[in-house]
Amino acid sequence: MNKTFNNKAWWLVLPVFLMVAFNALVPLMTVVNYSIQETFGNNEFFWSGTTWFEQILHDEAFHDSLRRQLIFTGLILLIEIPLGLAIALCMPRNGPWVSVCLVLIALPLLVPWNVVGSMWNIMALPDIGLLGKGINALGIPFNYTRQPISAWFTVILMDVWHWTSLVVLLCYAGLVAIPDAYYQAAKVDGARPWAVFRYIQLPKLKHVLTIAVLLRFMDSFMIYTEVIVLTGGGPGSTTKFLSIDLVQKALGGFDLGPAAAFSIVYFLIILFLSWLFYTLMMREEAK
Amino acid sequence: MAEIRIENLRHSYSANPQGEEDYALKRLSITWQDGGAYALLGPSGCGKTTLLNLISGLLTPTEGRILFDGRDVSHSSPEERNIAQVFQFPVIYDTMTVFDNLAFPLRNRGVPESEIKTRVAEIADMLELTKTLHKRASGLTADGKQKISLGRGLVRPDVNVIMFDEPLTVIDPHLKWQLRSKLKELHLRTKRTMIYVTHDQTEALTFADQVVVMNLGEVVQAGTPVELFERPQHTFVGHFIGSPGMNVLPCEVRGGKALFAGIPVEAANIQAASGRGRAEIGVRPEFVSIAKSGIAAEVVRVADAGRYRIVEARSHGHTIKLLLKEGDEVPQSSTFLAFDPAHTQVYEDGWIAGAHR
Repeated sequence: MNKTFNNKAWWLVLPVFLMVAFNALVPLMTVVNYSIQETFGNNEFFWSGTTWFEQILHDEAFHDSLRRQLIFTGLILLIEIPLGLAIALCMPRNGPWVSVCLVLIALPLLVPWNVVGSMWNIMALPDIGLLGKGINALGIPFNYTRQPISAWFTVILMDVWHWTSLVVLLCYAGLVAIPDAYYQAAKVDGARPWAVFRYIQLPKLKHVLTIAVLLRFMDSFMIYTEVIVLTGGGPGSTTKFLSIDLVQKALGGFDLGPAAAFSIVYFLIILFLSWLFYTLMMREEAK
Repeated sequence: MAEIRIENLRHSYSANPQGEEDYALKRLSITWQDGGAYALLGPSGCGKTTLLNLISGLLTPTEGRILFDGRDVSHSSPEERNIAQVFQFPVIYDTMTVFDNLAFPLRNRGVPESEIKTRVAEIADMLELTKTLHKRASGLTADGKQKISLGRGLVRPDVNVIMFDEPLTVIDPHLKWQLRSKLKELHLRTKRTMIYVTHDQTEALTFADQVVVMNLGEVVQAGTPVELFERPQHTFVGHFIGSPGMNVLPCEVRGGKALFAGIPVEAANIQAASGRGRAEIGVRPEFVSIAKSGIAAEVVRVADAGRYRIVEARSHGHTIKLLLKEGDEVPQSSTFLAFDPAHTQVYEDGWIAGAHR
């Protein structure tokens, strides 16, 4: 095939390029700007090289919040992805119950994030909250403002409640898209339900599951609002995840340089891990 | 392998069917011999896929029975019926190799691995899949995938019947022909009962020993390709089979004669005509010829179809098509037509006069 090359076509890309520049590159460059310079206000900047990056990478507090973040996100993925898939598999495929289920499932996604935090904050209160009081009534000591385990339990439960729906909806859409002929062929071939799941449903859901894992990874890795409302990062700093740490550095301490370096490292970690998930989950495709 | 007997089968997709129009498949009884090759032919939406899914057990009939070798299987699952089915679009298990795909129906039934190996090798050889046996099935072309579907149907040695639901729809035309002859060859080799659903008359007529023509949820005619061609039981069959289809002309039956526009026309089954109902004569374009006298007609259009020409003529307000061999002289405008009496039939209310209904 003959392709004609015409460099004037670049002009067509220009508007998009300008838009991306304004909403992504320019703000990002501001952060880069802060991360390699020192400022004492009055718009005076002094070159500081990689100092801030070195400081952040050797910062114990950063290490701790990164470790907490990785454990939290890992647990979230381990719980929400299988649970979402299981719920989607149990949902009806047709009939009047489909819309009822979909609306019920979608409800948590419509609640504003800080409201989710407040809801669970009140619900988990050990003296008046339904959940907190209930658990204590069972004889298990529960107080999320004092015990790290209670706090983690509540934070994870809240995130599962809030976001499993997204996984369910994605998986459900994927399941509905599988043509009937596959199920019919499986019946004719004498496949057991497990084989239908393993060889038809799971492979056909690969793409939506990849999207679900990526979205849940990115969102849970950046979690801020719900946790800050629920626990404020405590007790102590046991639920202080990366974004909470970052905000405290940047706004609390006004350490703009280290906070900017932190932001860039944070961004690079998300970028790298997203790439890793995508590559791992899609590697079969390349063959 | 089994003889398949269908008794008074009816099916409706609605839970409580009210009238006849609620039935996708109207009352049907038919028997298919063990080892035969059958085709279900009909336009889209005529109920052929419904019938197929009833036989395979993917649907449960509203009324009637299906018997395999005299055993009632109307309410058995596809697995219990031990049938194989190939679908319109290739169904393959993406994550498996071609080998695993072919082995899947056997593994599900707990066949020992050594036997699976020989069986799969044999089928792969028949379908020319040996070279790709250890490749991932998802990487194959559409016809390769459909071959896998065929293979999964053939791999079990003991299936009662193999059913094909328009299996060549997604295949390129030049490969269609190959796969069709492959199927015919496989039928001759394995002697399984095969039922082939299609809306393509060429596929049906080349594949099957007996073709069942369906329309609007009913069987219109079941017969050999020759029977369907020479003695269509219904004008629908005449239209649907043959290219171009049969000429159907209104006529009057009076005094033991069929009259087309007042001109007496000899017909093979005129004795059977009751004289009641809407009478028509049917004659295929192959059996219409140019004559010195007879039915006056005007030549309207001539189309070249290679070895013969299709001549379209108008006579007394009706279109009559006829075929002329290559080299035969095409008459100029006004001419006369003659119908071959042995292949001209009288139809009453659409059905051939004297039909057992």
